[in-house]
Amino acid sequence: MSVAVEDTSRLFSEARALGLTDDETRRIVELLGREPNAVELAVFSLLWSEHCAYKHSKKLLRKLPTEGERVLMGPGENAGAIDVGDGLAVVFKVESHNHPSAVEPFQGAATGVGGILRDIFALGARPVAVLDSLRFGDLDTPRTRFLLERVVAGIGAYGNSIGVPTVGGEVVFEPPYEQNCLVNAMCVGLAPAERLIRSAAAGPGNVIVLLGARTGRDGIGGASVLASAELEEGDAKRPTVQIGDPFEESKLIECCLELVDSELLVSLQDLGAAGLSSSTSEMASKGGVGIDLDVSKVPLREPGMEPFEIMISESQERMLCVVEPRQLDAVLAVCRRWETRATPIGEVTDSGRLRVFDGDAPAGDMPVTALVDECPLYDLDPQEPVDRLAAFAAPKARLAPDASHDDVLRALLGSENVASRRWVFEQYDSLVGSRTVRRPQQADAAVLRLALGDVRTDRALAVSIDGNGRRVAHDPYIGAAEAVAECAANLACVGAEPLGLTNCLNFGNPEKPHVAWQLTRAVEGMAAACRALDVPVVGGNVSLYNEGPEGPIYPTPVVGMVGELPDAARAGRVGFAEPGDMVALLGPFTPSLRGSELARLEGRLGDGLEPFDLGDVREALDLVREAVRTGAVRSAHDVSEGGLACTVAECAIAGGVGATLDLEPLARRAGVDGRTALFGEGPGGILVSGPRETLLDLSTKAAHAGFLALGQVGGSTIDLAAPAARLGISVEDAGDLFDFALANRLS
Amino acid sequence: MRVRVLIRPKEGILDPQGQAVERALPALGYDDVSNVHVGRLVELDVAGDGDVEAQVREMCERLLANPLIESYEVQAIG
Amino acid sequence: MSARVGIVLFPGSCDEHDALLAVERAGLEPEYLWHADPDLKGVDAVIVPGGFSYGDYLRVGAIARFAPVMEEVSRFAVEGGPVLGICNGFQVLCEAHLLPGALLPNNSLRFVCRQVDVVVEHDRTVFTRASEPGEVLSLPVKHTTGCWFAPAEQLDQLEANGQLVLRYAAGHNPNGSTRDVAGVSNEAGNVLGLMPHPEHATDALTGSTDGLRLFTALSPVAA
Repeated sequence: MSVAVEDTSRLFSEARALGLTDDETRRIVELLGREPNAVELAVFSLLWSEHCAYKHSKKLLRKLPTEGERVLMGPGENAGAIDVGDGLAVVFKVESHNHPSAVEPFQGAATGVGGILRDIFALGARPVAVLDSLRFGDLDTPRTRFLLERVVAGIGAYGNSIGVPTVGGEVVFEPPYEQNCLVNAMCVGLAPAERLIRSAAAGPGNVIVLLGARTGRDGIGGASVLASAELEEGDAKRPTVQIGDPFEESKLIECCLELVDSELLVSLQDLGAAGLSSSTSEMASKGGVGIDLDVSKVPLREPGMEPFEIMISESQERMLCVVEPRQLDAVLAVCRRWETRATPIGEVTDSGRLRVFDGDAPAGDMPVTALVDECPLYDLDPQEPVDRLAAFAAPKARLAPDASHDDVLRALLGSENVASRRWVFEQYDSLVGSRTVRRPQQADAAVLRLALGDVRTDRALAVSIDGNGRRVAHDPYIGAAEAVAECAANLACVGAEPLGLTNCLNFGNPEKPHVAWQLTRAVEGMAAACRALDVPVVGGNVSLYNEGPEGPIYPTPVVGMVGELPDAARAGRVGFAEPGDMVALLGPFTPSLRGSELARLEGRLGDGLEPFDLGDVREALDLVREAVRTGAVRSAHDVSEGGLACTVAECAIAGGVGATLDLEPLARRAGVDGRTALFGEGPGGILVSGPRETLLDLSTKAAHAGFLALGQVGGSTIDLAAPAARLGISVEDAGDLFDFALANRLS
Repeated sequence: MRVRVLIRPKEGILDPQGQAVERALPALGYDDVSNVHVGRLVELDVAGDGDVEAQVREMCERLLANPLIESYEVQAIG
Repeated sequence: MSARVGIVLFPGSCDEHDALLAVERAGLEPEYLWHADPDLKGVDAVIVPGGFSYGDYLRVGAIARFAPVMEEVSRFAVEGGPVLGICNGFQVLCEAHLLPGALLPNNSLRFVCRQVDVVVEHDRTVFTRASEPGEVLSLPVKHTTGCWFAPAEQLDQLEANGQLVLRYAAGHNPNGSTRDVAGVSNEAGNVLGLMPHPEHATDALTGSTDGLRLFTALSPVAA
């Protein structure tokens, strides 16, 4: 159906203003058998937006492995769920709130947390932890400082008030995120495995009940307008900002959990992007039913709202449930006790259509399949660019290429992407709930006691969230695989075995061939890593069009991983423990300065990344996990930003004791010079320390995986020797630099 | 009657919010600003024939303000 | 027969479950007290826990103090019953005039979650009677509005009465409170409010255990 002449009718121009293409508009007319009215056009424009329909990514996401013995719910439900034993299921997901946070950072971040919490308790799970992955521009710009302050304050305001601890996360500062910051929020919850509830509507005649806050004009136009197009210079397409109310949501959580526990609901769904229109469509689609809705019954916060506004409002803290008529009174009674508004607004039908009424007057009538299943899916047109990093300016050089190794270490420890995140995590309550066994910075992953209600165990869950942007730009396939490997390494360092993964893909405009290439290769790399490490993907999120006139963000896949450990008391730690302990490097680690933090500080973007063997990494992680669980090692910390020298410093600072190490064996094995051995990066390197006897024992088991004895814990300084290189710094100086660098930069 | 209540930190009480605002203004070019205080506004409609202002003062003493650390001002606005 | 400890539950309370776990660890019997029921169920002691009761709306603790259950808590306190207010609970007890002073926003204007050292100045309150004066407890704080304040004219009297019961160790004051005060009691010593969270310091698995003694101190109180 090609077009030679541009359609200029009013329908097409209105549709274009809502983000629909002319072909899409024609398809809607075809599916409806007539032109859509205003309500229907608004609903289609949102349901068929990139954010809701995943038009450009759905086909690609089918490459990710989603099966696993213990998977209870995979992609497609509100969140992923995995059987974790003792009658419990762990429920988790990560979602982005990038565009709203760039517009209003406090509320954007706060409502991002609110939204991901709802995805978790929509399954009937109690939220027990939040983690956040944040990316901003250069730390020295006023805009970045403003966004950082407001986003962290927003996450804190929501999470702390609602009594869910924020136990981990990451913050990265790089110029390509200046105009398009990334705010990805992850939530983990627990539920009795038998009691998980789905979102499919069922049972014609059943009542649709709206729970929670009143409906206003929040976010109207948010999903479709922002997430489906690049922001233009001085853009006026800024929708009404969504405002969060954590107090309302805390009551909503208790109310929903009691309703699910009491088995009073047929199904439950949260209202997020595109509000009522997407929730009802998705519920009806999953159940193969229809829904009749009367917008005049929806409790409103503002007078004179139009039916289409009520349908697409993104007012926060609302849920939708399906209730059998005989249970309705009981449901309303529970809601009254929790001071939560509950209003019947419609019913399930067998029409297969979403019918919107305003009192008696029909306002819209659309087939559910048209809204959900018939949305066109697009093939990407990936084309590898000649120069992968052409779109990105070289970073400002802040370190001379002949800087001494001491100066390099100081610069790295104090640099914004290596230094301690204390300034950030002290603004979050990481303790509420009494489950936090490892607090931020104590270990490579957060560790939470596995307990819910009367179920108390000695076991624990571990959670980590890690992303990668600059390195993915160097090589999307390897970079994305590295992100997965990094997450798995963080889990292994606390003694945890991965159970499942959630991911957020933050990319630029997928209609551009080089971005399509980045996205495709990144998903392929992620899939390969998940298969090699045996980790199913149980859910996730895609955020596209993160670019503006200045250019795109680095292609940034963010990975959240949950694992389990059998003995919470044996959870691993970062800090060196005992003077006299041996220090060793486990794994196939091959340091390289390509794409490293040092290269960035020297103003260089590299070309490509060193490939690595996923099987070898897996073998090493299995050994680390076992060694942590048995207590054979007293500390474990994986090598990441800043290379091995920074890893050693972090272990010394955390433990309050120094170390004397010789990196010559590493340099020799990898065939690199001293500088590279000290500061080179790459996956598959875990620094462990522990009693000499147990480490020697480990060395025989790890002969194939890679084991290098490097030296000993002790003293008050960090002394590293490498071929033609030496560095030394006192633990105290290193600690002062590391702990307060971020706070000092911001004051 | 519509009543407006302005609640301020009491004279002499540390007001970190006021100080933060006072520090931020010069960066925007306003160098002649001092003595900044940040408080709260409550507006309400009160029906009935009684002494509305006296009633609202009582509300302030009991709930709307903490007289230990805040001072308040009641204004009839319509 | 162990002491029964009531834990008040407001809309927006966060750390009530943590208080329950702490009471259990101390070998006592916890019981929730719903905000809307003016009924203390004959408990031997009351805890007003941490959180964001009523969303901290209007002023921290300002709305919670008028909950029906609080009338009974006030009566219980006046009659000498042990009442412990933790963080938001401390704020509620000040608003209810069961404790002197008021809580202002932290100097930094930011939420702060951090482990700090707290010195027990007096052992004359029900909750600190298992402690030695001068003892240092490692406890976490997590709050935005923890800067305790009282008018200058009152401070010396409070000091003389032994009501300034807990102080942050030098360099550990996270919020700028007057005289580094972390917790205060009423004159009789049966009501204690503190910003640090002793209930988050009762289990070696999740942190220090220095907070446990504030709960075990209740043991001889059984009816």
